[in-house]
Amino acid sequence: MSSFNLKVNGNKVSVTADDDTPLLWVLRDELNLVGTKYGCGIGQCGACTVHVDGVAMRSCSIPASRLTDSDITTIEGLASDKLSPVQEAWKELDVPQCGYCQAGQIMTATSFLKQNPSPDNEEIRSAMHGNLCRCASYNRIEKAVALAAKKMS
Amino acid sequence: MKDQNKVTFSRRSFIRTSALASGGLLIGFNFLTACEETAKPPVDISKLNFNEFNAFIEIADNGYVTIYSPNPEIGQGVKTSMPMIIAEELDVPWEHVSVKQGDLDTKNFQRQVAGGSQSIRFGWDALRQTGATAKQMLINAAAAKWAVDASTCKAADGIITNANGDTLGYGDVVNEAAGLEVPEDVSLKSPQDYKIIGKDAINVDMEKIITGQPLFGLDYTSEGMFYVSVARPPAFGQKISSFDATATKAVNGVSEVVQFGDKIAVLASSTWAAMKGKKVLQIEWTSDGNLENTSDHNDELNKILDRKNLDVRREDGNVEKAFAEADKIIERTYESPFLPHNCMEPMNFYANITEEKVHLVGPIQTPAGTARRIANLINRNEEDIHLEMTRMGGGFGRRLYGDFALEAAEISNLTKKPVKVVFSREDDMAAGIYRPAIKYRIKASLKDGKVTAYHLKEAAINSNMYGLIPHFFPAGAIENYKVESGNYRSNITTGAWRAPYTNFLAFAEQSFFDELANELNVDAVQLRLDLLSNVEDGKDPNIQYSAKRMIDTIKLAAEKGKWGKTNANTYQGFAAYYSHNTHVAEVVDITLNNGQPKIEKVTVAVDCGIVVNPTGAKNQIEGGVIDGIGHAMYGDFSFEEGKPNDVNFNTYRLIRMRETPIVETHFVENELSPTGLGEPGLPPAGGALANAIRNATGQILTKQPFIKELNTRKTDLTI
Repeated sequence: MSSFNLKVNGNKVSVTADDDTPLLWVLRDELNLVGTKYGCGIGQCGACTVHVDGVAMRSCSIPASRLTDSDITTIEGLASDKLSPVQEAWKELDVPQCGYCQAGQIMTATSFLKQNPSPDNEEIRSAMHGNLCRCASYNRIEKAVALAAKKMS
Repeated sequence: MKDQNKVTFSRRSFIRTSALASGGLLIGFNFLTACEETAKPPVDISKLNFNEFNAFIEIADNGYVTIYSPNPEIGQGVKTSMPMIIAEELDVPWEHVSVKQGDLDTKNFQRQVAGGSQSIRFGWDALRQTGATAKQMLINAAAAKWAVDASTCKAADGIITNANGDTLGYGDVVNEAAGLEVPEDVSLKSPQDYKIIGKDAINVDMEKIITGQPLFGLDYTSEGMFYVSVARPPAFGQKISSFDATATKAVNGVSEVVQFGDKIAVLASSTWAAMKGKKVLQIEWTSDGNLENTSDHNDELNKILDRKNLDVRREDGNVEKAFAEADKIIERTYESPFLPHNCMEPMNFYANITEEKVHLVGPIQTPAGTARRIANLINRNEEDIHLEMTRMGGGFGRRLYGDFALEAAEISNLTKKPVKVVFSREDDMAAGIYRPAIKYRIKASLKDGKVTAYHLKEAAINSNMYGLIPHFFPAGAIENYKVESGNYRSNITTGAWRAPYTNFLAFAEQSFFDELANELNVDAVQLRLDLLSNVEDGKDPNIQYSAKRMIDTIKLAAEKGKWGKTNANTYQGFAAYYSHNTHVAEVVDITLNNGQPKIEKVTVAVDCGIVVNPTGAKNQIEGGVIDGIGHAMYGDFSFEEGKPNDVNFNTYRLIRMRETPIVETHFVENELSPTGLGEPGLPPAGGALANAIRNATGQILTKQPFIKELNTRKTDLTI
């Protein structure tokens, strides 16, 4: 076990965990930030997506102890006093079914739109291809990313 | 078919009211009793207490309404749509309504179930009656206050108005209403007057979902709780011979290792520590039965199909005679693999069993049966059990089975600690209760340009088609008709998977119809309409589908999907299927890209009666269709020596964004009672796709997943 500091959603937090503990489990079990979801543990489903220095990363596959110098943003930190444009788009189009994968979808979409603010449909499809939705709400995710881009422009 | 205004039960048998201590009215109703088709008063009403109620409406003295949704939410939208029905008849603005998940009541957990797309179908009458009764009580209370006849008062949007134009809000009369008799004669709204039903209402948990608030079983924690990872036999047919936990106990955070049955539980202070501890357990497994292979299952299922006499499930006329007299006979065998459910939220459950109480929390489609089984397992009274239902990260049938909840209960009972069992993805896929592998053999005869006989044989692992499935279309449409089934008993656990049996049966039959159409040189849609024209609705009580409704649905899909009118590069496929009391027809459009199909669009027509929440309803259809296409294309699951070949998403392929078609949904408009939507969109999708591929390439697909037969390049995941 070792102790280290992380910066999560703008707050400095102290964590005690084994060096190999993935960020996912530190967020969920130590910091009680359970919006980041466990889906596969091997970076294949995208349910655990967070932002590390603004870039979408799979929190199940990065040890938290390596992120002491990074800014980490989770789904809980995305909205300030109001919902982000991506969250607004998700709400407006009534995207979720079970809802479990949606935090990861929103985090992937948010990071993607920062890099590509006016994507076409093919670019949206490619950007979101790594995030599984078992309920297959894919049509609405695709539309919501496009709507969010419009809201942000 | 039930007329939507005809209701047969007595409200007194299932509704009771009381004043809230904090001011306000509490209306309890026995959702289960109320949902029975011929509900009788279960006991003397005066002896009922609130333990017998499992669904509640709270009306606060400011007029705001809280509805406790009785049925589990697995993503099918009932937590939104069921309260909408109550709010409609209660006549309150939807903005004044908030919805909470009701807990399982310890005394009355007979049928709080999500499954079979039946929540809305069974709830429709009861929910409307409850809302209308509550509204009438508020009107009666206002009338008493004004000293006027209640029949001269009206209520709408949470406000009661009398003949003089005086008004009172619902909140102004809740305390008086709490003391009144439950009225017997209430009238229901006419569908033309609906203000909430038929309008889009977004998911009631939306804000929590998109901001990452705790909602799901996996998110639940309690003070002093231990995370538990369980080692289970890696192959079906194995048991524990011995184990050594020395390395596990050396893992930071691991506190305890206990064996229960042929499983070992690792308790730890974090999920990661529990999973790590499990990985380093040294376990000797020994075989305790057959270690089965998919190739053996293939042989066994073929043997069943070759057998002369199986279990006859429906028989009309004489198929053998028709075959003997036929101009031509067509026969085809269709094959499907096992399928895991792969809910995105892996199985998990919390249990805290103490001498005083049994506290259970988690995602479960069958809280009632599970609570009962746990009571038996740990030898406790059902009254001691308090089960809280969380939102579920998908169900698809997997959470009908309480195995994971029983594990949590057993471990908590053994260790006397609050525990949460968490399956890893590998555990979830390897300890599944799978859709069984199934084969269908269909044989039909043609004579004088007509289908004269149809003989379907089912060979399945462990169990066969249930209920009225043998009477689904084309039963009733073909004079000589026979359905037979048989099964092979395997030690691999199998169970319900979204649209059980019909998820593959529809593919087999709908593909076969296209072959018949081809042989008869008839358009594929026309063949189905011709067959349906042979069916007289209501003649055979076993035949639940309506030929008239199916014909209308097929015509709507053909019209909206521009059947037969697309450009030269687009190929179409058609399928229509009735399941879970809902009629669905689908047109799939594909193009070819280097000879490989690209699925562009699916146009869907649905007759589910009145559409309660259109946005939620379309979401179910979009998801069901893409799920059906995804599993038909990619779903593959096999066993070697009792062990599954895939245990995570690196090798098990689920459909992803780039492979998805655009789904366009149209509803047949009518005022018939609503039916479910969680499942019926799925069954026709695979058949419609196979038919489109056949029309494009000439290749006849008989085995799922199609990807193996199409021999396309491997998946290229972009992560």
